[in-house]
Amino acid sequence: MASEIATELAEQVDRALADAADVSTLRDLEAGNWPAATWDALVALGLNGALVPEAAGGVGLGFSDVAPLMEVLGRHAAPVPLAESIFANALLSAAGITPPEGVISFGAGQGAIAWGRHASHIALLDGARIALYPAAALAWEVGGNIAHEARDRARIIGAPVAEAVLPNGWGAEAALLATALMRAGQIAGAMQAALALAVDHANTRKQFGRPIGRFQAVQQQLAVFAAETSAASVAAAAAARAVDRRGLAAAAFEIGCAKITVGEAATRGAAIAHQVFAAMGITEEHQLHHFTRRLWSWREEGGSEAFWAKRIGQEAQALPGALWPFITAREEEITP
Amino acid sequence: MAGLRFDLRDAPEGAAELRAEVRAFLAEHAPNFTPEIRARSWMGFDRDFTRAVGAKGWIGMCWPREFGGAERSFLERNIVLEEMLAAGAPVGAHWIGDRQSGPLILRLGTEEQKRHFLPRIASGEYAFCIGLSEPDSGSDLASLRTKAEKVDGGWKLNGRKIWTTFGHLCDWMIALVRTSPAPEGGARHIGLSQVLVNLRAPGVNIRPIRDLVGEKGFNEITFDDVMLPEDALVGQEGAGWAQATSELAFERSGPDRYLSSHPLLEAAMTTLKQDNAAAPALGRQVARLWALRNMSVAVAGMLEDGQDPVRQAALVKDLGNDFEQALPNVVRDLIATEDMPEDMRRMHAYLTQIVPTFSLRGGTREIMRGIIARELGLR
Repeated sequence: MASEIATELAEQVDRALADAADVSTLRDLEAGNWPAATWDALVALGLNGALVPEAAGGVGLGFSDVAPLMEVLGRHAAPVPLAESIFANALLSAAGITPPEGVISFGAGQGAIAWGRHASHIALLDGARIALYPAAALAWEVGGNIAHEARDRARIIGAPVAEAVLPNGWGAEAALLATALMRAGQIAGAMQAALALAVDHANTRKQFGRPIGRFQAVQQQLAVFAAETSAASVAAAAAARAVDRRGLAAAAFEIGCAKITVGEAATRGAAIAHQVFAAMGITEEHQLHHFTRRLWSWREEGGSEAFWAKRIGQEAQALPGALWPFITAREEEITP
Repeated sequence: MAGLRFDLRDAPEGAAELRAEVRAFLAEHAPNFTPEIRARSWMGFDRDFTRAVGAKGWIGMCWPREFGGAERSFLERNIVLEEMLAAGAPVGAHWIGDRQSGPLILRLGTEEQKRHFLPRIASGEYAFCIGLSEPDSGSDLASLRTKAEKVDGGWKLNGRKIWTTFGHLCDWMIALVRTSPAPEGGARHIGLSQVLVNLRAPGVNIRPIRDLVGEKGFNEITFDDVMLPEDALVGQEGAGWAQATSELAFERSGPDRYLSSHPLLEAAMTTLKQDNAAAPALGRQVARLWALRNMSVAVAGMLEDGQDPVRQAALVKDLGNDFEQALPNVVRDLIATEDMPEDMRRMHAYLTQIVPTFSLRGGTREIMRGIIARELGLR
C-alpha cells in the first residue's frame, strides 16, 4: 500500500493538473503544441526523482508509492511525460548515471519513444545497457499513438553523454517492464475519469422523462465498468508491490498479469463509456475521447494483452507443479 | 465511491507455514476426491471430512477459544479457504456454518446460543443451511411470507423456504421470517427476524429437489406449526433485515466466489502443458485469477479490520462469478471434450451444467450490479 507521503504527492499532482491542464490543453497538444506551463507546474513539485533513492538526490519513493501517482496522471490524461521522466530517472539512477534536469523519456531498440521530440534527454536501452542521449544527438521520425500522444522513432546522430549497464535486478527487459507498469497505472486512472464522466452523464441526460441512469440496463453496464475499473487499479498496485519486493525483472509475471487485466478492463470500460454517452461521446468537442483514445493506445504500449497472455501462458505451462502453489508462493515466500 | 476502493493486503505472518500444513492435510484426503467431488467444490458434502477439518481447528478459526475457535485472523482463515477450494475439497458440511451462521451467532447471539452452537459448528457436529429464498421471494427477499408468531413458550413457525442447499443433510437453519406485519404503506423490511430452526423438529418437512445434474442438492422445506423455543430468536426481534444484509459481506466476500471451477483450470493446465496454441488463452485465465485473488484478499483484509465491505464483496463476486462461470467454455475451446482425459472430462461435464448457478447463489449478478450502481449514485 502506498505510504502517506505518496498519497499526499498524488494529491499535489492532482491539484497541479487540475490548475494547469484542461481540455483545451489536451486539444493544443493534439495540434502539436507542447504545454510548457503544465510541465513547469509539475516539475516544480520535484517529482522527477520520485523513484531515485534519497542518497542519489531523489525522493526515495517505492514503486507502490508511485502507483497512485500514475493513476492521477491517467485521470487527467496528463499532457506531459511526468510518468516517463520518473521512470527514466529511476532507470538512469539504477545504472549509476546522474539523471539530468528536464524532460526525459526512455525507450528500447527500434521502438517508438514516448514524447521523444519533446524531451531534452532520452535514455535508450538495449537490453540491460542504457545510454543517455541529449536531444541534439538524436533525429526524430515523428509519429503518434491514436490519442495523438507523441511516439517518435529516434535516429542516433551524435554521441551519448553517459553509458552504463543496469544492475541484475532490473534486467534486459527494463524498458518493456517499466512501460507496462506505467501504462497499467495510467489506464486505471483514465478509467476512473471516464467512469466518473459516464456516471455524471447518466445522472443528467434525460430520455423518456428521466435520467438514463435510472434505467437498469444502463446501471448494470456502469456497474460492470466500475468493477473493471477497480480490477485495473488493484492489478496496477499489485504489480508495483511486486516490483518493490523482488525488483523489476523478477516481477515480470505480476506486471504481465496486470497489463492483461488493465488491457481487458480498458476495452470493456471504453466501450461502455461510449455506449452510455451515445453520439455525444464521439464528438471532437466532448472530453470523453481524450480518455478512451488513451485507453485504446495504452493497451498496446508495454505489451498488449495478447503479447502478455502468450508469455504468461507459456510460463504457466512450464511450471514444474500446479498453478495455484505458484501463485500463492509468489506472495508468501518472501522475507520482507 | 469509497465503497469501491480496495487496498492491497500482504500475506499474514506464518502464511507459508499454515498453507503448507493445510496442503499436507489435503494431500492425505485427496485420494478420496473424485472428479465429481472436486468439481462440486464447496457444494460437496462430507461429514467425515468436515469433522477432520474441525479437529484441525480450521472451522470457526477466527472465533474466540472459549467458543471453540482458534482466534486466528481473517487473513489466516482465508488461506485455509483458498487451499480447500483449490483442491476441490468437499467442504459443504461446514461451509455455511463457518462462513455466515457462526459469525452471525458470534456477533448477535446470546451467551447461551454462543456456548451451544459455536463449539458444535467448529467441531463439525452441526451443519447449517440458509433460509432466505421462498417460492415467491427470490431477489425481492423482503416480500417473504414465512412467519413466526409469538406464542406461549416461544414461536410458532409456518411457511416455506426453497432452494435450501443441503437442507436435507443439515441440522440447523437460520431463517429470515416475518415476526410482525409490515407497517401499512411502510417499508417491508420492518418486522423481519432471524430464527434458529432445528431441522429435526416436528412439523419440518424437507423435500429434496433434484437438480439438472440429477443430484439432490437443494430442497423445499415447509414449516407446519413448528414450535420454536423462545431463545430461537437470533439478535433483535424486527432487526432481521439489517442483520441478514450485513451477513452478506461474509457470504459474498470469500474465495468461493472465484475459485469454484479452479480444479478444472488446474486440469487444463496439466493437460495442455505442451500445447503452444493454448498458451494465450491460459495466460488470460492466469492473469484474471491473479487479479481476482488480489481483490479477494483485500476484502478479507477489510473484514479483518472490522469493516463491512458489502459493496466490494458484491463487486468481487460479480467479477469472480464471470470468471469461474466462463471457464468450462474457455477450456472446451482449447481441447475438445472427447479428447480430455477421463477425470478432466467428468469435471468439465459437471461444471458445464452447474456453472449457471454461480451467478445466482448468494445473490444474482443483477443484484450485485445493482449494489454497485447504488454506490455509483445511480439508484
